[in-house]
Amino acid sequence: MRDEFVTAGHIEEAAGTSPVLDRVGGLRRFTPARVGLRMAGTSLATSEILDFQLAHARARDAVYAALQPAHLMADLRTLDWPVDGSPRFLLRSQAKDRRTYLQRPDLGRRLDETSRIVLENFSTAEGAWIFDLSIVVADGLSALAVERNAGPLLAELLPLLAGVTPALRVAPTSILEQGRVAAGDEVAMALHASMVVVLIGERPGLSSPDSLGAYITWNPSSNTTDANRNCISNIRSEGLSYRDAAVRLLYYIREALRLKQTGVALKDPTDDLCEALLNTTGETLLAERGKL
Amino acid sequence: MEYSHTLGSVRHSFASLSHLLACATPFRSGDALAGLAAASAEQRAAAQFALADVPLRRFLEEQVVPYEMDEVTRLIVDTHDAEAFATVASLTVGEFRDWLLSDDATAERIGSLSPGLTPEMVAAVSKLMRVQDLIQVASRVHVVTRFRTTVGLAGRLSTRLQPNHPADDATGIAASIVDGLLLGSGDAVIGINPVSDNPATVTHLLQMIEGVRERYSIPAQSCVLAHITTQIKAIEQGAPLDLLFQSIAGTEAANASFGINIALLQEGHEAAQALQRGGVCADGLVGSNVMYFETGQGSALSANAHRGTGGRGVDQQTLEARAYAVARHFDPMLVNTVVGFIGPEYLYDGKQIMRAALEDHFCGKLLGLPMGCDICYTNHAEADQDDMDALLTLLGAAGINYIMGVPGADDVMLNYQSTSFHDALYVRRILGLQPAPEFEAWLKGSGFARLSREMASNTGALDGMLERLLPA
Repeated sequence: MRDEFVTAGHIEEAAGTSPVLDRVGGLRRFTPARVGLRMAGTSLATSEILDFQLAHARARDAVYAALQPAHLMADLRTLDWPVDGSPRFLLRSQAKDRRTYLQRPDLGRRLDETSRIVLENFSTAEGAWIFDLSIVVADGLSALAVERNAGPLLAELLPLLAGVTPALRVAPTSILEQGRVAAGDEVAMALHASMVVVLIGERPGLSSPDSLGAYITWNPSSNTTDANRNCISNIRSEGLSYRDAAVRLLYYIREALRLKQTGVALKDPTDDLCEALLNTTGETLLAERGKL
Repeated sequence: MEYSHTLGSVRHSFASLSHLLACATPFRSGDALAGLAAASAEQRAAAQFALADVPLRRFLEEQVVPYEMDEVTRLIVDTHDAEAFATVASLTVGEFRDWLLSDDATAERIGSLSPGLTPEMVAAVSKLMRVQDLIQVASRVHVVTRFRTTVGLAGRLSTRLQPNHPADDATGIAASIVDGLLLGSGDAVIGINPVSDNPATVTHLLQMIEGVRERYSIPAQSCVLAHITTQIKAIEQGAPLDLLFQSIAGTEAANASFGINIALLQEGHEAAQALQRGGVCADGLVGSNVMYFETGQGSALSANAHRGTGGRGVDQQTLEARAYAVARHFDPMLVNTVVGFIGPEYLYDGKQIMRAALEDHFCGKLLGLPMGCDICYTNHAEADQDDMDALLTLLGAAGINYIMGVPGADDVMLNYQSTSFHDALYVRRILGLQPAPEFEAWLKGSGFARLSREMASNTGALDGMLERLLPA
């Protein structure tokens, strides 16, 4: 009966009990993906099922973990910020708790009233300020991602910004609870910043409960859609490295300044482009900016 | 136009067709989020009674999204085949359901009716159907497409091998491809979701798949699921592109949020077809279906692009069916709903995901599409592997063209759970299904044997072997 089904019978023979199995297990050296799994028949062996269940349990726990905003702010303030960029605002979205956040993305995209007033008061008090960039750090779907990765990423990014775009005017950074990407648009509008970078916890994966995403949006407004954004994903120690992510972020920030747009019109940078960017001097960029 | 149904002394009325369709939809979180769900269970039942009495012809007169403001509606209206529609023109939605379940509704008759059906008609009838109805009717329809393999034949189930890597590492991706091939996966497509959306990455990864395919003489097609404009650039730079991918949705505004429109899809379709990379398939025909589309309920709402006539929202299942009108215009090789990927704000739990997947498969097949499904969930949805096993079995019974093959069901790039290589082997075994005929022959032949042999040879050779798969 089995032999009638070429895939099942054949594959069991090839991978089930033969020496091939060990070699296939060796594939795991090359990828974090779940390759070369042990089998029972053509199904997964008990140990593999249990490993999977544990990972799922951890990811579920990560979704419901709460951000510690004050702690994160203290942490981020220890970095070497450019003038005025240092974290200053603790903000909340209109989603009051995790369950609301999960079912009402519309509320996660809006700042609550207190937060709006905080930003408006700042803008009124310092009305002369116009910023090139506002940075927002939001829990998103994984507070763990933000706590582990936002600091190390910014530690790479800030010196690059200082070196390559020294004249960039960076608004005080915000930390946002129960926030979605679009809430960053509102922050940037309130601060009169022409671009926003949102660092946000991505939906936890089984092997990556702590993956950070970075969204770059030029001229954010209430009409901004996802097609107007660029995204860098999988920023974490086992994924895209902090250094590589920071260089890409720098690329998008520069391109946004130069072309006055973000989104599908900007293509992801190649390695060559990134390298060229790092060899660019601050002076050249300043000159370029003068033409804008 | 107003629609109504009276239950006892209560007259339930619905201001428009889109209002009626939304209220008649089995509950899901996305419609509640949009404020479109029925206010009570009784109102939903009343809406279903009223919907059952609506003549199918009515759907040609009242559009849920205006013709003037939406190119998807224009496509639906302008390409409607009145002659094909004639066979069911006198039926109401309820009568149409009865006909679909009757012995009159053969595969041939449904197939020739298909160009006469609009997405809204098909969505409407699905709202009156139970799970077993969605399975039974869909299982009668076989939509067959060809590139280097033939996908969608009766008694067959194909898989998309999805070897994603969190940093687009070509060796890591090759390792997942080898693992999948050894487990009989990849006959629908070997399709990578790249982290980096640029032509160089697309070209590099396509060359890598090309190398694997040629080395082991694999009848399969490749795809790197970047934005369509990126893939077109890659074509211009000489990339060996087999299938051209794009995510699509059911309104012009939602498609705009994806950075696409129908003209751009047309441009891409022509560019991909001009490459003429399809092979001679098992029945002697040359494969010429080059498009690969993904869809999913809730995508229009998530882009705030779900509004139609009178500014009123349209329910997510009806809009999903409208995306299929866009898809069928391009004779795609593959179309799959990525049903559980979008998250719990649109499909909250395993029950909602399951029903949505079966609706999508049914609607797509009725509209003549080669439907597959990414049977999946995210870690913030109330769902787990048991839900996916149940859905996999149901879709297998419904005759789904293909499912995903992800190492261990865990996509380490996109951070969600889909179906594994092993899941495909399970469903093929219990339902007696085979892969595509060309791929089945390959699994029995020297190409697969060579791959197995090389993988079984001395341990140290593995690095070298994977290296050889990479483009220079």
